[in-house]
Amino acid sequence: MKRSLLGRIWPNAAALVLALGFAFPVYWMFTTAFKPNGDIITEDPVWFPLNGTFEHFTTAVNAPNFWSLVGNSVTVTVLAVGLSLLIALCGSFAVARMRFKGRKGIILTFMVAQMAPWEVLVISIYMIVRDADMLNSLVPLTFFYMLMVLPFTLLTLRGYVAAVPKELEESAMVDGCTRTQAFVKVIFPLLAPGLMATSLFGFITAWNEFPLVLVLNKEPDKGTLPLWLSQFQSQFGDDWGATMAAASLFALPILVLFLFLQRKAVGGLTAGAVKG
Amino acid sequence: MSVQIEDAVQNPAPRIGKGGAPPPGRRRGTGRAAGKAPYLLLIPALAATAVFLGWPMVRNLILSFQNLNMKQLIQHLTEWRGIGNYQDILGGEQFWRVTVRTIVFTAVNVTLIMVLGVLIGLLLARLGKKMRLVLSVALVLAWAMPAIAATTVFQWLFDARYGVVNWVLDKLGWHSMAHYDWVGSQLSTFFVITVLIVWQSLPFVALNLYAATTTIPKELYEAARMDGAGTWKVFTSVTFPFLKPFLLATTFLEIIWVFKAFPQIFAINEGGPDRLTETLPIYAFTEGVGNLHFGMGAAISLLTIVVLLAMTAYYLRLTLKQEEDEA
Repeated sequence: MKRSLLGRIWPNAAALVLALGFAFPVYWMFTTAFKPNGDIITEDPVWFPLNGTFEHFTTAVNAPNFWSLVGNSVTVTVLAVGLSLLIALCGSFAVARMRFKGRKGIILTFMVAQMAPWEVLVISIYMIVRDADMLNSLVPLTFFYMLMVLPFTLLTLRGYVAAVPKELEESAMVDGCTRTQAFVKVIFPLLAPGLMATSLFGFITAWNEFPLVLVLNKEPDKGTLPLWLSQFQSQFGDDWGATMAAASLFALPILVLFLFLQRKAVGGLTAGAVKG
Repeated sequence: MSVQIEDAVQNPAPRIGKGGAPPPGRRRGTGRAAGKAPYLLLIPALAATAVFLGWPMVRNLILSFQNLNMKQLIQHLTEWRGIGNYQDILGGEQFWRVTVRTIVFTAVNVTLIMVLGVLIGLLLARLGKKMRLVLSVALVLAWAMPAIAATTVFQWLFDARYGVVNWVLDKLGWHSMAHYDWVGSQLSTFFVITVLIVWQSLPFVALNLYAATTTIPKELYEAARMDGAGTWKVFTSVTFPFLKPFLLATTFLEIIWVFKAFPQIFAINEGGPDRLTETLPIYAFTEGVGNLHFGMGAAISLLTIVVLLAMTAYYLRLTLKQEEDEA
């Protein structure tokens, strides 16, 4: 098919403008973090941090409780995602591979569960955690985050498990494997992309969660990084360099992880979906 | 990210491996062993759901009938109010105002996200390899930005005095915008929130839509071209029908996501100025946790869930039907 010169230029021009638009806030966050204050508080923007400085990162890292909150965030996120993967894997295998009474109802339960409006349940969750005398603890956070990602993980993994041809499993069983062995040796390796895609989303959800930690973990060293970032901002007010450094530190792990796993996440979700 | 898209997407393709009865021979072999196995495998997931979701839901319902404020909380008093909280909320103006605002806010955002997301997705499909990579990376960056970090960055971009947005508007000849305070009025605050939410949500729609278009069989396009269909006709007769289930699922997902948007609105201006940008989740939070009217907050959150269910009822019914067909 022949396309005019104009017909070839406009999609590329549009794509370039869009790419700049989407990347700019991220670019502006990182570059502001490296600019000395004189280049930030200025009538005309400085587009590139020529006089780069690490001063703002030092401020952010030395802010009270930063490192203990990093530890909290990592602990809660890893535990929540790990637990939910384990539980979801068992469950997804059951709903994808086995016929049993109540299967439909159980799938529907998880579908409704993934719509759960956690944002408005904070009040009752606060009451429950308070009555259990576990405010400012990482334990309830971990479990609630686990459940926030569990239904999505289970239902998405169901698609991946179903996409593995039954024959593979059956022939392994004919060869003398038990059902469990067949699962571990044959199916599990084939689920790797699915596990990566779902754990990526789980990781993001848990790492970013804000309303719950805002209410449950008020003590300054007991929260997670989103809470730290929001408090950092109100504390450092107009110190945009430090605030952007803090935001960069918080966002960086996710950005890196996402860029690495992006293909798996996008392709993975739809591949699992279409084959499902 | 909390809703699956698989079921709607897989619709057009023939179902393989899922649903339907297993081959008769196999059932005999594993049927007995599998008798209790599925339940055992599901116990952890179901138990966790019951404890960490079911219990808060029940607790929320109970709370909504109580008169629970700071005083009762500290003294551990249980005062029942019957349907008093609901009467107050439904009888007052604020709840209805916030509900209408939330619905309009959700509708505007979801429309923008879906229309622009589809356009960008289709654009991705038309690009050459290099340009597609450039745009994809930019989209992924926006997608991956954590909500709280993104909100902080947008506050900086829209900063009244040194924000780059006002500088650009000023340079474009819009001099009154030089020191414009974006969070000073309802509409402009909503504008910033909308730009933020749309910026964050577009990548998911665009990238997944592009991925979905790559699964459309090429023969369909060739056949349509042979029949002399133009670009628009090809879109309406091939692309759109193929993507319809995906679009439906994504719209549903975005409705839930935008409706529940919390950190963006809360961190930009805590629902202000003058509580004018409160949506239902923020309203429930402010009443319940902020103003320490826990009973009232619980009642509002229950009503919020009802509104959300009403907004998504259509899709839920479709999904229910689909699961019924399958089982």
